[in-house]
Amino acid sequence: MYIKIGKKRHSIYDVGFNTFNGIVMVFLMLVTLYPFLNTLAISFNEGIDAVRGGIHIWPREFSLQNYRAVFVGGTIYRAFFVSVARTVLAAVLNVFLTAMLAYCLSRKEYVLNRFITVAFVLTMYFNAGLIPNYQLIRSLNLLNNFWVYVLPAMISAFNVIVVRTYIQTIPESLIESAKLDGAGDFKIFMRIIFPLTKPALAVVGMFTIIYQWNNWFDTLLYAPSKQSLSTLQYELQKLLASSFQQNTSARATSSLSAELASDMVTPVSIQAAITVVAMVPVLCVYPVLQRYFIAGLNVGGVKE
Amino acid sequence: MQESNLNTEVRSSMVVRKTNRKKMWDTIKNQKQLMFMSVPLLIYIFIFNYYPLYGWLMAFQNYRPRRDATMFNQEWVGLDNFKFLFTQHDFGRVLRNTIGMSVINLILSFVTAIVLALLLNEIKNLFVKKTIQTISYLPYFISWVIAATIVSQALSTDNGIINNMLVSLRIIDEPILWLAEGKYFWGIFGIANVWKQVGFNAIIYLGAMASIDPNLYEAAEIDGAGRMKKMLHITLPGIKSTFVVLLIMNVAHLLSTGGGAGGFEFQYLLGRGSNIAWSETIDVFTLRYGIRMGNFSLATAAGMFKTLVSISLVFLVNGLAKKLGENRLI
Repeated sequence: MYIKIGKKRHSIYDVGFNTFNGIVMVFLMLVTLYPFLNTLAISFNEGIDAVRGGIHIWPREFSLQNYRAVFVGGTIYRAFFVSVARTVLAAVLNVFLTAMLAYCLSRKEYVLNRFITVAFVLTMYFNAGLIPNYQLIRSLNLLNNFWVYVLPAMISAFNVIVVRTYIQTIPESLIESAKLDGAGDFKIFMRIIFPLTKPALAVVGMFTIIYQWNNWFDTLLYAPSKQSLSTLQYELQKLLASSFQQNTSARATSSLSAELASDMVTPVSIQAAITVVAMVPVLCVYPVLQRYFIAGLNVGGVKE
Repeated sequence: MQESNLNTEVRSSMVVRKTNRKKMWDTIKNQKQLMFMSVPLLIYIFIFNYYPLYGWLMAFQNYRPRRDATMFNQEWVGLDNFKFLFTQHDFGRVLRNTIGMSVINLILSFVTAIVLALLLNEIKNLFVKKTIQTISYLPYFISWVIAATIVSQALSTDNGIINNMLVSLRIIDEPILWLAEGKYFWGIFGIANVWKQVGFNAIIYLGAMASIDPNLYEAAEIDGAGRMKKMLHITLPGIKSTFVVLLIMNVAHLLSTGGGAGGFEFQYLLGRGSNIAWSETIDVFTLRYGIRMGNFSLATAAGMFKTLVSISLVFLVNGLAKKLGENRLI
């Protein structure tokens, strides 16, 4: 009897709690999704009409003008390919080099193991800073050079540690028996370890892709006026900056604005279209890698 | 007798030394593939992470970036740059902004992530739970440029959704220039950070909650504990150690960026003349003085200060964690 009353009282609490929880979740979904849907709607809306405002999640006057302007102009088209190139190249290099070093550091008998581990782990705690790094890039002749996107970020200590931890869970006997068959370390790495490390490497690959694709700061710093090296994110950054300038009634100097002046598009609508283009690849990658990513994240987190 | 003993000892030690040397050569021979795979990366990390440290010498010079400039034909000025930094009005403000926004971000992101994880954990329908979770960390994957664009459009006086809503709800009479006024900047930063990171931050707590022993909940139910009681007395204590670890890690990075890359990017992207008094952080300051004004020495001094404080915080907090760990064991 007592339990029954207890149960009944709890169920009232439960109803209350569930309602509250539901409201919070609906609010969260609205706040999260609205900006994306709104941007999407504006990008498909006729540019001058969009300036009137009042567009929420559906375009009022449907038009592909903005996307045409984005891809016909050449600037964005090119920037898109620079973004893709740097992302793909860096992701491949990162995954391979991280796995290779992580394998070496997972070998307990390796004489340089400790030294290399310490050298890498220390880099997680300090950074020479903006100006010394700039000097380095300049002395390596990487200013205004495509490789400035890839070379400085080829491997990260954190990823190496995560992947090494993962490799340590692979049974030692696999490696022992391969050694007895006469396989060298490189062969063992390529044939056995690399395929078995896929879940952890998927995480490394994904974070590299996100980092590379979203980076605009290295362009601003190391190749600000070299149009052929501009990336999508950097073009967006220039548009954002020039939207401030317009507010203070100064003229925008972005080469893009000159290109746009001839079209029937406005900065806001073109910004929306580029934003959508800049979001699509990342949004395509993340549900695919999500499965691996949560597993890998947990592995790295628990063992550290 | 003694002599021969000594002899054999010497001889055997020589043998040992010989075999040791032989062993060393053998290991090098055996491990040459490992070395071939890892030493180039060691050299790489020395070039890109250790070598630039010598640029810190600039902080003690009056460095002029002339064409023939090297690190050794400059005027040495001792600690003048640091003295200038700390007596200058700007830098105090910059330090205040950096720490202020870091602390706001730290508190907000912890509270919201834990609350979201608790609420998500209470959703029993797995499909709904997964869908909400997937959507909630969508903003984490977009760049700060896009996030800043969204923020600046939402706050715009020209049909921005925030102003429109507040005006139509009669909370304000006319649109406010949110980003033009410094006093709103920290708040906007905190909210934008939560919007972008909360879903992602909640993942790790959800993981911790999933590993709590279900028997605890069952036992509590038999004792008549309701949902709230179970959350307060089982779920929250269950994620305590995760919370402490994350807190320590975040405190250590207080100066570096204030929780992820957002500590610099947001302030740079949305900072402008009218809000600079409240938006400029150490990193933005370094960029302004170093790259735009060409004052390499002052910028390096500021960057160096930041790194040194961060490293000391890391050590301090690590030491503290060890002590706390011992306490928790007792």
